[in-house]
Amino acid sequence: MFPRIVYESFRHQSRRKLLAGIAITLGVAVATAMIAVATDIGDKINRELRSYGANLVVTPQEDTLDVEVGGVNLKPPSDGTFLNEADLPKIHGTFWHNNIVGFSPTLPVTVKVGTSNNSEDVTLLGTYFNKTLHFGKDDFRTGVKITHPWWSVTGSCGDGRPARPGQVRAGQDESRQSCGWPNDDSQEILVGQRLAANLNKHPGDRLEIAGQEVTISGILSTGGAEDDQIVAPLALAQQIIGRPGAVSRVYVSALTKPPDALATRDPKTMTPEVYERWYCSPYVESIAYQLQEVIPHSHAEQIRQVAQNEGTVLSRIKGLMFLVTFGALFASALAVAAAMATSIFERRVEVGLMKALGAGNFAVSAIFFAEALLLAMIGGLAGFTVGALLAHQIGRSIFNSQISIQPVLFPIILAIAVLLTFAGSAAAIRRAVKFDPVFALRGEGQG
Amino acid sequence: MNTAGTLPTKQVADRRARAARTAPSVSMFWRMLLRAAVLRRRRAAAALLAMVLAAAVATAMMNLYVDVQAKLRTEFRNYGANVIIVAKDGPPLPDDAIAKIESTPGAKMLAVPFSYAVARTQDGRSVVVAGTDFTRARQLNRWWKVSRWPVEPNEALIGMRAASAVTPNRQPFELTFEGKAIHLTPVGMLQTGAGEDSRIYLDQSEFENWTDVAPSTIEVAVSGTTADVEKSIRQFEQILPGADIRPVRQIMEAEANVLNKTRATLYASATLVILTAALCVLATLMGWVFDRRRDFAIMKALGASQRLVNGFFAAEAAALGVVGAIFGFLIGVGVAMWIGRVNFHAPVVPRFSVFPYVLAGSVGVALISAILPIGLLRRLQPAIILRGE
Repeated sequence: MFPRIVYESFRHQSRRKLLAGIAITLGVAVATAMIAVATDIGDKINRELRSYGANLVVTPQEDTLDVEVGGVNLKPPSDGTFLNEADLPKIHGTFWHNNIVGFSPTLPVTVKVGTSNNSEDVTLLGTYFNKTLHFGKDDFRTGVKITHPWWSVTGSCGDGRPARPGQVRAGQDESRQSCGWPNDDSQEILVGQRLAANLNKHPGDRLEIAGQEVTISGILSTGGAEDDQIVAPLALAQQIIGRPGAVSRVYVSALTKPPDALATRDPKTMTPEVYERWYCSPYVESIAYQLQEVIPHSHAEQIRQVAQNEGTVLSRIKGLMFLVTFGALFASALAVAAAMATSIFERRVEVGLMKALGAGNFAVSAIFFAEALLLAMIGGLAGFTVGALLAHQIGRSIFNSQISIQPVLFPIILAIAVLLTFAGSAAAIRRAVKFDPVFALRGEGQG
Repeated sequence: MNTAGTLPTKQVADRRARAARTAPSVSMFWRMLLRAAVLRRRRAAAALLAMVLAAAVATAMMNLYVDVQAKLRTEFRNYGANVIIVAKDGPPLPDDAIAKIESTPGAKMLAVPFSYAVARTQDGRSVVVAGTDFTRARQLNRWWKVSRWPVEPNEALIGMRAASAVTPNRQPFELTFEGKAIHLTPVGMLQTGAGEDSRIYLDQSEFENWTDVAPSTIEVAVSGTTADVEKSIRQFEQILPGADIRPVRQIMEAEANVLNKTRATLYASATLVILTAALCVLATLMGWVFDRRRDFAIMKALGASQRLVNGFFAAEAAALGVVGAIFGFLIGVGVAMWIGRVNFHAPVVPRFSVFPYVLAGSVGVALISAILPIGLLRRLQPAIILRGE
């Protein structure tokens, strides 16, 4: 009898049930989308924060002092110790290599440019632009294009490919990224925009550096010291100072976790368990420690300007989204409660009839709760699907990447849906049950 | 109304005729509105509660959306200077450059002078010495990890790497610049992970006494939007014609990037939340109006025109919307302020500019939820409703 009452109720009041179902679906969809966005926003914003550039720098352990003012290096070029370029792919083998977005080695050397009677000392920075490296079976690409996203290059497309702005996707300026950038294995260079203006050079021009003829593939604009410098493939810089394999700095851009009390502790004073927890958390400190482990004779340090601030920004944005999600859950709860209350209140006459036929309070509320449960399940399932689509859409349109929905979210969402529906129905069911059947059947006693 | 039966028929007819000619008595209209609220206070309260909560949620969301930009921009200023002013070769920056920069109208800004010289240590090594205003530098570069800021004369802030090269056991040391020597005590250690680690920082006046080098670089943190920063750059160009003024692209582009993404996410979320809240009001109010179909039928049976009934329910909904919006706005502003305190450790300023939107939205949703059921009901005969079918 009980299932039949529930079944008939759905069959005969399909319109009203549909309305309540829609309310639950929408409420759950909003809740799902918000929870999915909020759980993923940390990762997404962390990636966006990488546009501030590298947050770690690796230097030789016995490094000499930098003597550099306003981007001009005053140190003799062969002075100092170096890291070995051959060690760099090992960065891909650290515990947190998935968190390392990219790295770029640099080797500054001083060169003379210009005519023989009017030459000028200029810093030439050797680096990777977008180089393919191998570690084990993995191939990966890294270089300044990844670690220094604010660098912009204007140049002709050397291989005759015209820039195709029409095909550029929003936020991903592909044509700008591929045109004018030198190849890592070539004798092509970038010239900083102020230096280029001083020398009156343009993309495609040739330039003589340290007895070698090189081609300017593009003009570099960074808003920093590089505007007065030449940026060249690393191999070229190594050749100029006659030290193959030499690297003086490695800039590493890594996704990190905001620091907490554990992060800043000295690993030497930790117990093995604490050490393991520290080592296996992507703190900027532990990533620095792991970089030191894989690159011999190196010292890795966080670039505090970038590393210290991203934690604050990240936690602010995460906190904000958390609170907004709370607001969304609250609003969904209200909407579901309102829909359920309305649909139950309208069925007083039915309650009166059931009670007149001898149904107890328990039986009546059981019927209503069973109906609510069924509605919540259907609405929760539909809402989860709609919410997942919504989150997907938000991720695609805002962050240009997928917002992943953890499968574990599904039972949680379903539970939330049931809870919301029950909570929303409870007050209305209680009032419906308390109703005097006589009044209900006479159609009186509202309110 | 219950006295109507005892009145002579002619009088009743007169009244009806008058009522048909002129508008119904205004006081009666208000009385009906008030009685509806008082007699069914439970359902009225439920509808009002839904209205208030929805308006509160909407207000909080809009307030946050409007305010979050400003809040995040303050956070982003912790990344330091976004404009750098460098003296071109030739004349140094004027002495009052800092005062001039900071007095430019418009955006709030903080300017810090830096001057650089390459000095020699006793064993003949080169080291970069910088002069700056410590109070300002401390405000600008909050990420600097400094063990102690110098206060006394001849005290220096020494970078980690410079320290290990110049004075490994933190003893006082001597530096020479163009034959002039200075004796310094390293009181504080500086750690940044960047170029500053290889430098020694002195107070600006002391640095100038020693080297005669005036500030060559001014780092400026301009608060505000990209447009504000660009406007400030143009202003600086007029004040300091001899200087090279560059925006720090690394900082500005990344900031714009993160800010836009955050705003877009918040916008999407706020829209979803506000829509859900509106849905809640719609469901509650529609139920409420539907529930009162007897009132509706009685009013019509007593001869009220469709326009009057519509007007009555619309007025009721509008009143509910207005009251709900006012209370909801107050609560919402409170919530937004609380969020500002909890999340940003700074109060969110109540944006009264949001109120008209909340008010219009509340009244609009209330009207829709009142008019929709009326539209359905008007097709029914009052008699059928009164018979309870």
